[in-house]
Amino acid sequence: METILVLAHTENDGSLAKSAREALHAAATLHKSLADSKLLVGLIGENIQAAANSIAASPVTKYFGVTGAEFCQSRYATDAAAAEAVFKAAQATVVVAPATSRWARVLPGVAQRLGGRADTHVTGVAVADGKISVSRWYYRQRMEGVLTRTPRPWILGIDPGSQTACDCGAGTATVEMVPVNLTDANKRTTVVGIREPKADAQTIRPDAQLLFVTGAGWTKKQADGQTHLPEAEKLILGFLKASRASLGSSKSLVDLGGEGQAVLPFLSHLNQVGQTGATPRHAKGLSTCCHGEEPHTVGWRFIGERRAISLDPNCGWARGKADVLYVADAFAVIAKVNELLAAGGTP
Amino acid sequence: MSTAYQIVVCGSIVPDPLQTLEPVASPTGPALKNEMMLPAVLDPWAGHALYEAANLAKNQPGSKVWLVSLGPKAKLQQVMMTVAQKVPFELVALDGSASGFTDATETAAALADAIAAIPGLDKSKLLVFGGWESASRGAGATLQIVGERLGIVDQFQGVDQLTVNADGSLEILERIEGGKHQVSKCAGAPALLGWATGNLPEPKNNPQVGMVNMRTVMPALQKAKPTKLAGEGLSFASVALPKQLRETQIVKDKSPDGIAKEIVEWIKK
Repeated sequence: METILVLAHTENDGSLAKSAREALHAAATLHKSLADSKLLVGLIGENIQAAANSIAASPVTKYFGVTGAEFCQSRYATDAAAAEAVFKAAQATVVVAPATSRWARVLPGVAQRLGGRADTHVTGVAVADGKISVSRWYYRQRMEGVLTRTPRPWILGIDPGSQTACDCGAGTATVEMVPVNLTDANKRTTVVGIREPKADAQTIRPDAQLLFVTGAGWTKKQADGQTHLPEAEKLILGFLKASRASLGSSKSLVDLGGEGQAVLPFLSHLNQVGQTGATPRHAKGLSTCCHGEEPHTVGWRFIGERRAISLDPNCGWARGKADVLYVADAFAVIAKVNELLAAGGTP
Repeated sequence: MSTAYQIVVCGSIVPDPLQTLEPVASPTGPALKNEMMLPAVLDPWAGHALYEAANLAKNQPGSKVWLVSLGPKAKLQQVMMTVAQKVPFELVALDGSASGFTDATETAAALADAIAAIPGLDKSKLLVFGGWESASRGAGATLQIVGERLGIVDQFQGVDQLTVNADGSLEILERIEGGKHQVSKCAGAPALLGWATGNLPEPKNNPQVGMVNMRTVMPALQKAKPTKLAGEGLSFASVALPKQLRETQIVKDKSPDGIAKEIVEWIKK
């Protein structure tokens, strides 16, 4: 009999993020398919009652909580101690957690403490013949594996955006508080702040409908034999402003910036998608001036509808990977797109 | 105040990202077709960790860098011929599988044992580095388990910047959601950092550095401990390439105005 624990942390405002509700959905799926299983929730944060109440109508039978100012911080030592304490109180065999940056940092270490195993970047869970199996990708999203494990506890980090969010209703949850004894050794690290671009300069928008991918072609010589970097910058930023898209970039384009060349200064490695970058999840993707073959295209593995603009009709980035390939000059097309978006308002 | 660190970088080899990869079934589980024939490179994020380690060692006199690497000995030797020319380090080699289908817990156990066995290791000066994820298993789990086994509870993942403050404390920037960085201050070593890209370009090859490194690399490879990763309790039901191939509609001979209109309609849909 499996005891399934959903382990989540609250946000700064005490709420549960969508990724936590996705983990709850995955856990509830397992619970439904496994006879005699139990579904529990463990919440960690400065205050967790509101979060517990927000999912009180779920099939969860018991709630555990660790609260206090020390658990507001996203810090390995205190998060690991709290997760370990909740796990022991719940006596779980399977832990399902959202693979947020906070939990991704700590869950494998917690599995080690508990003598269990952790699988991260899980994109699917299933039950067959009474056995749990999970799906995840290998070699940077180039092949998908389905695996199962016998050791317990088994900790599953669910990739945000890969599941439907649980829409279970609110109510009043009774939470059993779990004490955690922290020592000075747990507090050697202090979170001192968050560094982010100014609101109007933030180009990474995980919740955007559209991913706009820019390739190195934007920095190359154009038909007149000259590069047009200021124009490229104006067009790309103009498009982002008008469309509210999230900006992704090929590695080659980001690396140019890292080498100190004065190209598209708003791009950083955080924008990078693909082999050594992110593989974000958006409903739509529009790539411009990208080139390359299969290995480079993993950046939009999890993008729904895909369109590309390229001067090369045989571009490996687009053929077989995009739904529509426009063989055209991206400078001219995006300039016109910006005009139309400005005239018609933000989508 | 300058602190001399003992910086241990965990990093292995992966198939060159430009290679076509195809999974096959082997007697021991999933593997890559012609795996031993595929050209290999140092795992990209582990490479960034190595370059950051070397840069830190250069700026903190008395510091030393080790590279602890688990992989097939012959492939490790090939990759080290290039990597050894980049920055100074001492290699600790483990002869075993570098496959993405091995278990992170078993890999971490082998790495942690190898680190603990480094002669003269002083935990109060220890910084464990590595890539926050590999380009093979991509789990982002191995380093945390290594840290736990070594008793290090100041751990950071997705690190893009490390600054040693005048008082010996460490300021660390970690990637978090939404293109932001979390800034943390840690009292000092021991600590574990899983690096993302960092800020340093790949160093140019330096034959002199290579010659110095190879004096220790070759002996390290010769005495590389055979390491078996059994995958206890782990079984794969399938490993497959995505079958989704899209029927791409090629739109030629359409004016920029016409394309723009179509794209705007699509975005707004």
